[in-house]
Amino acid sequence: MSETRPQSSTSPWVLWLPALVFALFVAVVAYNLRNPAERVVRSALVGKPLPEFSLPPAAAGQPGLARADLADGKVRVLNVFASWCIPCAVEAPQLAQLRASGVEVVGVAIRDRPDELRAFLTRHGNPFTRIGADNVSAIQFALGSSGVPESFVIDGKGVIRYQHIGEIRAEHLPMIIDQIDEARK
Amino acid sequence: MIANIGLAALWFAAALALLQLVGGALALTGKGQALAGLVRPAAIVQGLLVALSFAVLVILFCNTDLSVQLVAKNSHSAKPFLYKFAGTWGNHEGSMLLWVTVMGLAGGFLALVERRLPERTMLATLAAQAFVSIGFYAFLLFASNPFARSNPVPEEGLGLNPLLQDPGLAFHPPTLYIGYVGLSVAFSFAVGALITREVGPAFARAMRPWVLGAWIFLTIGITAGSYWAYYELGWGGWWFWDPVENASLMPWLAATALLHSVSVLAARDALRAWTVMLGVVAFSMSMVGTFLVRSGILTSVHSFAVDPTRGAFILALLAIYIGGALNLFAIRASTINEGKRFAVTSREGALVWNNVMLTGILGIVLIGTLYPLLAEMMGDQVSVGPPYFNPMTAVFFVPMLVVLAVGPLLRWKQDRLNRVRPMLFLPALLTVGGLVWAWSEGLAVLPLLGIGLALGLAFASLLPLRGRTFRTVTLPLWGMVLAHFGVAVALFGMAADSAFTTEKLVAARPGDTVQVGPWVVKLAQVDPVAGPNWTALQATIKARYDGGSPIILKPQARAFWSPQQGTSEAALATRWNGQLYAVMGEEAADGRWQLRLWWKPFVTMIWFGGLLIALGGLIALIGRVISDLRRLIAQDKIAYRRHRQGR
Repeated sequence: MSETRPQSSTSPWVLWLPALVFALFVAVVAYNLRNPAERVVRSALVGKPLPEFSLPPAAAGQPGLARADLADGKVRVLNVFASWCIPCAVEAPQLAQLRASGVEVVGVAIRDRPDELRAFLTRHGNPFTRIGADNVSAIQFALGSSGVPESFVIDGKGVIRYQHIGEIRAEHLPMIIDQIDEARK
Repeated sequence: MIANIGLAALWFAAALALLQLVGGALALTGKGQALAGLVRPAAIVQGLLVALSFAVLVILFCNTDLSVQLVAKNSHSAKPFLYKFAGTWGNHEGSMLLWVTVMGLAGGFLALVERRLPERTMLATLAAQAFVSIGFYAFLLFASNPFARSNPVPEEGLGLNPLLQDPGLAFHPPTLYIGYVGLSVAFSFAVGALITREVGPAFARAMRPWVLGAWIFLTIGITAGSYWAYYELGWGGWWFWDPVENASLMPWLAATALLHSVSVLAARDALRAWTVMLGVVAFSMSMVGTFLVRSGILTSVHSFAVDPTRGAFILALLAIYIGGALNLFAIRASTINEGKRFAVTSREGALVWNNVMLTGILGIVLIGTLYPLLAEMMGDQVSVGPPYFNPMTAVFFVPMLVVLAVGPLLRWKQDRLNRVRPMLFLPALLTVGGLVWAWSEGLAVLPLLGIGLALGLAFASLLPLRGRTFRTVTLPLWGMVLAHFGVAVALFGMAADSAFTTEKLVAARPGDTVQVGPWVVKLAQVDPVAGPNWTALQATIKARYDGGSPIILKPQARAFWSPQQGTSEAALATRWNGQLYAVMGEEAADGRWQLRLWWKPFVTMIWFGGLLIALGGLIALIGRVISDLRRLIAQDKIAYRRHRQGR
């Protein structure tokens, strides 16, 4: 039987191999870690006051929405949505959660029909205190928003503090709450 | 107010860790001998302070103190008490605090009891432990303060991920953390030994209980996590090769290899550098796993707060500790004496094989887990799943099982295969019999191999007991036999599940019956039910096995209201020979309900086997601790006698 020498017969450079492999791992991971950060687009409207607008009520029994309603010292989330938009249904639980945590949520329904909107709110819950009807997408253009859903954090002076493009997913909530806390300061 | 106490305790603990590191380092260089005496007390007090800090966070969660941001974001006043309590570590900051708490307590305990090693190695080990802790303290204090306040105080909390509202899962993360931290102690030992170049049996004996303890917890954690995924996700599978699962499997594989090599080092003073290397690798795998999970760099079914800044912080810690330790290894390993030599055919040789195979599996899992990252760099989105992992790991797993059957029968240092061959006749016969039978049943390759090997291995694992009486079998030997038998049991469960499972997806009206395997299942009714923070539709199912008396099952489709999320609660009927698994689905338009039913023969063997493996580890650990205590008492007696005799 031959005698084996499990490790010390190895030449010294082999001993550096683990460190080398690990360095490679760190490089790959660091590259990937930096990448997603570049995907975030900041809207030009962040930091600017809301444009002037006044929208009629979209749902029976709930007031409409005007710029004047959004500059009374309270931080709100303005959600641009529509009953025909599937991602809007996906984000409904997150809006409900914001509402439950004491954040006022106001809505703008884009090109919607009252009966369909009512069915949407019954099915997915109604987190909104006010819903304005925007049947020509006017406010949407004014806000610089490109699609539905989109959400804006509006501070007490009616200034847009944060824009969220696309549906709010459960994992986005902590970030949005941070933005709301920031706007409250 | 009380939150401030927690934060202050955390700062003091961090300061003591710094003292422990600086004191240990200065004492080692010989400049600060006076500081050497401070290192052990610093470690002990540090452990107590960080435990106090964690206790404060637990109190804040139990009282739902919404002035603390972390509580407001992760808890809710309507949540059942158990989940308020468990919610403490059901989030990023809390779980990190739990991590440093376990680490601080382990360091304190180590400082209190470990007296076998040379004092210099102990100083280096405790300094290394403090060095690792400091990184986590900095991470907590600067990047994820669990005690940050919110102003104004919110009216209600945001709840906890309902998937995490499960008693099994409440205790799953702490179990894994205790395992990871046990490996951090092994890491500190390895670094300490590299610094002082004192690698030998005494070092292995000091390290072994920590490795064994960590390994037991990791085994339980993985077994429980697998069962949780099995009944909570409602997909009927028990392992998904999900990144988070892999993140827990990799440290386990490294720890299993380390456990075996540390035994060689303790018993035979061989495999010195390799054992030190594995000590570094095992903890590295826990850190890498934590990083992959927490940085959100890989997508997974598990939910964690994802934050690239935190990811960068953990990566920096990784680079410092693991990069540092690996470089230290590269510099020092060639100066460590290689230790005793041995023949290829020997117990040591078999254990080297075991290590090579485990390392191979570890490599396969690591590559599969990281490959999506590499592909993303090239602009591709890929996910790697069972078609890669199952056959690739089997390439190493199958030879490892053969070595597992033969290895324990071999003698240390040198042996002949001819000596053990007669003993292996029966296991080989069982394996071949199993293969032939499975072949005739028309099974796929992997389940076929699995069943054949499980039968042979189950028998072979008992062979080390032959020729011994009950009294001459030591506890560690009992432990080994039990753990190896557990591997066979788990393997049988895995193979049987993939070979014999029957699945039925039906749309049924109340009153309809369905046949699945030997079961006749009748959907009796569907009712709405309500829990503390959820409502659900609950099906009542009457299942008869082979014409026996009916068993009532009540699977639910639950809707949680804060946050709103649906989960399906599977219902299980467990028999000795398998489980009936029922999941309630959507309502179809015409008043019928979707029902998904599985009959899974012998599936429970998977987790039963996992628990046997852990139990084997526990028995071995008890055996080691008892003999360590005996040795300590004997040494004390000798010292006392010498003292009495006036030297």
